[in-house]
Amino acid sequence: VARVRAAYEWLDERLSLTPAVDKLREKTVPSHRFSVYYYLGGVTLFFFLVQVVTGILLMLYYRPSAQEAFESVEFLMTTVPFGWLMRSVHSWSAHLTVFFAFLHLATVFFVRAYRRPRELTWITGVLLLFLILAFGFSGYLLPWNQLAFFATKVGTEIAGSVPVVGEWTVRFLRGGDRVTGGTLSRFYGWHVAILPALTTVLLLVHLLLVQLHGMSVPPGQVATARRRRPMKFFPHYALRDLFAWIAALGVLATLAALFPWELGDKADPFAPAFADIKPEWYFMFMFETLKWVPGGEVAGVAYEAFPIMFFGLAGLIVLLVPFLDRGAQDERQRRGVTVAGVAAVAFVVGMTALGYRSLVPLWALLGSVALLALLGWFLREPEPGDGHRGGAKPREIV
Amino acid sequence: MERRSFLDWFLTTTIGALAASVLYPVVRFISPPEVPEASANQVEAGPVNDPELMERAFKILRFGAEPVILVRAGEGDFRAFTATCTHLDCIVEFRRQQGVIFCNCHSGVFDLTGRNVAGPPPRPLTPFRVHVVPPAGAGQPATLVVERA
Repeated sequence: VARVRAAYEWLDERLSLTPAVDKLREKTVPSHRFSVYYYLGGVTLFFFLVQVVTGILLMLYYRPSAQEAFESVEFLMTTVPFGWLMRSVHSWSAHLTVFFAFLHLATVFFVRAYRRPRELTWITGVLLLFLILAFGFSGYLLPWNQLAFFATKVGTEIAGSVPVVGEWTVRFLRGGDRVTGGTLSRFYGWHVAILPALTTVLLLVHLLLVQLHGMSVPPGQVATARRRRPMKFFPHYALRDLFAWIAALGVLATLAALFPWELGDKADPFAPAFADIKPEWYFMFMFETLKWVPGGEVAGVAYEAFPIMFFGLAGLIVLLVPFLDRGAQDERQRRGVTVAGVAAVAFVVGMTALGYRSLVPLWALLGSVALLALLGWFLREPEPGDGHRGGAKPREIV
Repeated sequence: MERRSFLDWFLTTTIGALAASVLYPVVRFISPPEVPEASANQVEAGPVNDPELMERAFKILRFGAEPVILVRAGEGDFRAFTATCTHLDCIVEFRRQQGVIFCNCHSGVFDLTGRNVAGPPPRPLTPFRVHVVPPAGAGQPATLVVERA
């Protein structure tokens, strides 16, 4: 202990850690009905960090070319020790990052945590979500299998129907007129260099802003938060956060080990697309919406372009929510905003369910609500009236 | 055992087991797997009057994944050695003027028996056997076959 103390003092003298440590010691997290939502950003961050680590490891064996990509992934999965696990963890963690980013976004939205002075936290968060989706889209192509090839063909082609900029966008995304080995190199560059660089900057700003402003108390919970003692960040909140991360790791390891990701067949640009081509689940609602739009055009603009522009507009609206919801600025919770949020969730879940002809997306939604309620109960800070001071209640050992 | 020391022990063991179960696959993953290399015991090296061999007096052959240098030391005198310098793995060449096998990376010199005669190389080059196979038909040149000694 004396040595640790000495090492800390040595570092402190050079880095002046004490102000930061003091701030951490004083930091508290408000306690109220929706406190459990505060963990979701952390869980998303955890899965993202897993992506960074496993992604770097996969780069040790992956070869980004049309000739070798599929074979290198095949080698990775069949010959490299634990290669199948590494790839499986990377793809499961990708799904979970997207899932928790969506959940984080939705909860932050419904408790109006984007109001003054946290507008920039919201905007960086939404941009991070877009980046995560771009990671998903670019990473999907990298194994160079049939599914990836056709999903990328369709996904990039969609952009083509947008008036004026469409054609340029398709060429820009594909690195040419068609999806080829050139597209693969390009997607690889985005996936391992450009997107990570952008994400690192935005993520640092996002986390810095969270520390700067502390946690937002939802307008309806101000009285509760004032009545209850806030939870000390260290050690009470930090330990609960750690618990959440370990639980997340457990879920991830279970999924990756029991349901390893398949590789499929090598991409063949001259083979017909097989039945049941679909995008990743998080693009399904857009894909399904497009299916419902008939062919045709009005004033030279394909019908197809309208839903695409609609989704573009919807993205912009989500980005600008803090400025559109004027009521939130004076701590009012306008019902219209909640209704719009519920409608958006219903649309996304409904279209996803329709796309899969399955009710699983609905169960996933209900499941996450139930999971949050359960975690909220499990991780709660006891009320001051519980007959003890500070920390969790000591339990009887039987 | 006291409750506190039991909990300390329990927590440390759990964290240790967790760390080990994460680190073990990672360490195994980053260690490259053994991949059997394509190996050969002999390769055909082309005709005795191969233009490259006539002009430069040597050529580098692929012996599986391993480079081998074939030297035309004189009329009808062919010799072959492993082409990787014993110093730091560079590929050597034959210098006709000096009559030595030379490594450009760090000026290692080998004589025509493969012996390291000057510079940093610590060991001689491993020799290979060269067979001159008589021509299959009239008017055709003899061919060379290099074999692991």
